[in-house]
Amino acid sequence: MAKITFPVEASHIMMFARAIGDTNPVYHDAEQAKKSEVGGIVASPTFPQAVAQFDPDYPLRWRPGQKWFGSGKTPTGVENRPSGGGGLHAEQHFEYHRPLRPGDLLTVETRPGETWERESKRAGKLTFRERITEYRDQNGELVITARGVGVTTERPVDQR
Amino acid sequence: MALKASQLKVGDTHVERVVENLSRTQIVMYCGASGDYNPLHADEVYATKVAGYPSVFAHGMLTMGMTGKMLTNYVGDGRLTKFGVRFTNQVWPGDDLDAKATVAAIREEGGQHFVDLTLSTTNQDGKEVVSGSATARIDP
Repeated sequence: MAKITFPVEASHIMMFARAIGDTNPVYHDAEQAKKSEVGGIVASPTFPQAVAQFDPDYPLRWRPGQKWFGSGKTPTGVENRPSGGGGLHAEQHFEYHRPLRPGDLLTVETRPGETWERESKRAGKLTFRERITEYRDQNGELVITARGVGVTTERPVDQR
Repeated sequence: MALKASQLKVGDTHVERVVENLSRTQIVMYCGASGDYNPLHADEVYATKVAGYPSVFAHGMLTMGMTGKMLTNYVGDGRLTKFGVRFTNQVWPGDDLDAKATVAAIREEGGQHFVDLTLSTTNQDGKEVVSGSATARIDP
């Protein structure tokens, strides 16, 4: 996969913290953050996943002039969508070498890992796909390694 | 406030209510912040009529993010070295979630102290939605 450039910005860190309901000043208040142990604003632990914003080909973002599988005039803009809606997130793991800070300019590269299958009573055949993502900073140092596992289900997950 | 190895013991727990009555608006905020606009999370028409779910549901990463809020409140900022989860059940609008960390081990490596934690986030019915583990640097 192509390398993605991910500029880490203070306003993005603030919006991400708001979305997870985290009011810790270390994510939005530069003055308070300066007096804290980390000495300035840092990103919250799952923020690296917001690299999706900077992936030009990210499939889960609407784009002008392209068919989108969400609803408009009809419940979906794309014919023959699978029931179950496609993929779900099964696992996510991060290894941190240091916290991300505003001003970091990350280079992010993802490679496929293993693929495996399993039968499930609640959702039929499950296909798991692993992806390994490395985040390097402006000095070429590895700052975060992420391992994600996505799962495609045969049918929607039974809620009973 | 950082955790201290000398004041921790295996089996210690820390629990926080990380969301009460999860709103569709918060899920939409997570779409905007993360960049994941999957209609399963933000488009009730698509989620029910096309995908076959009872309603939209939260991103797994929103639940991981809220679990992470409990973790950083417990271990301090910038102290995590590892954080990993499995998404075991979906999280729905209206859910209340409690995130819990349990001390699994306290160890020293190259003069640095670490705590290993097991993680479990459960909903109002006691059903686990996230299980996982984390490691953080702690003080002596």
